[in-house]
Amino acid sequence: MARRPLQEINAGSMADIAFLLLIFWLVTTTIDSDEGIKRQLPPPIPPDVNVPPVKERNVFVVLVNANDDLLVEGDELKIGKLKEKAKEFLIADGDGLLYGEKPENPDLPARVWERRADVDANIANYEAMVKQTADPDKRSALQKVLDDWRDKKEFMRLLGGEYKKLPGSAIISMRNDKNTSYDTYIQVQNELEAAVNELRDELALAKFGETYAALEEMLERAPSEELRLKVFAVREVYPQRISEAEPIDAGSVY
Amino acid sequence: MGKFNKGKKREMAAISTASLPDIVFMLLFFFMVATVLRTEEELVKVVRPQASELYKIEKKHLIRYVNIGPPQDARRGTEPVVQLNDQFASPERVREWVENERSTIIDAEQSKMWVSLKVDKETKMGIVTDVKQELRKASALKVLYSTGSRARTGTEE
Repeated sequence: MARRPLQEINAGSMADIAFLLLIFWLVTTTIDSDEGIKRQLPPPIPPDVNVPPVKERNVFVVLVNANDDLLVEGDELKIGKLKEKAKEFLIADGDGLLYGEKPENPDLPARVWERRADVDANIANYEAMVKQTADPDKRSALQKVLDDWRDKKEFMRLLGGEYKKLPGSAIISMRNDKNTSYDTYIQVQNELEAAVNELRDELALAKFGETYAALEEMLERAPSEELRLKVFAVREVYPQRISEAEPIDAGSVY
Repeated sequence: MGKFNKGKKREMAAISTASLPDIVFMLLFFFMVATVLRTEEELVKVVRPQASELYKIEKKHLIRYVNIGPPQDARRGTEPVVQLNDQFASPERVREWVENERSTIIDAEQSKMWVSLKVDKETKMGIVTDVKQELRKASALKVLYSTGSRARTGTEE
């Protein structure tokens, strides 16, 4: 009783101080997000290799000049219309599924029917070849081809029928000037990718009830053979082939 | 304390807030540990362009950064320059840099290395193309053009 009890230090403001610190931290840290447009650069071309010429109708050419103007397939185009134009190119004369079959346009690539009878014949053919081959290297190479054909059969099952494929040489090609701004470059790349992604989403939604992006994410999280086939089936019909052309000296393009 | 209990009605005991600072401190520490701080100093000013078709790299330890933009320090001029790690470099140095960086990744994952290009949107493509060509020569073919995110543009007729 003689001693005064120790005075407790009021800790009520501690919470406020800590909150202040917390809020300061939250505001000042910028979480670096590693998001962006992914691209696979082409490997360097050895100087002695001649690149075979491709049919003009199979190449969707986008040129961007120093003033950030677009020249698409020979016509000036606003960037807002680029996606539609690229989609037209990718659909070409119909994919045999959602877009059915359209009359052939000499300016667009000609899609080729992938026929069931054809696929079956190839599977039988390669099965026999795998059986006959003794050399393990050749055998595994043949097995790979066989697997590809088997995948195609699965694609038909999943997509509900035969489909039309873009010819292997059909590509979207973009070429820019040295003085093109990076922003325009990215916007063009983005619109081209959006064209592919929208078509993929459309097809995936119609056939599997999920967007393509969702399918891809599910595949990454929980891989399964069925999901892989679904993703590859969509890719088979709408391949993403955006090429970054070899840079050439500015001025010689226009 | 007795003097507060003089009334007939029993008052509710005040909830002790003594543990509140501890809780908040724990939150603070959690955030401090969980946020990955930028490891290198930014020597160039980068305002990234916006895009909608984004890809997010999950394995951050496989990413190496190349920054391109005007220098932060105005005395160095306003022309875009390349920053590798924490110093300025000419585009020709990129190849050497890639080889150095690749050796910091374990062998099995070296081919999965990403190069993230953080480029200011006002930059002209010339310097970016130079860097890209060097990356090709160094066989660093997986590239991410780092961008902010925006909605996909509507298809107006």
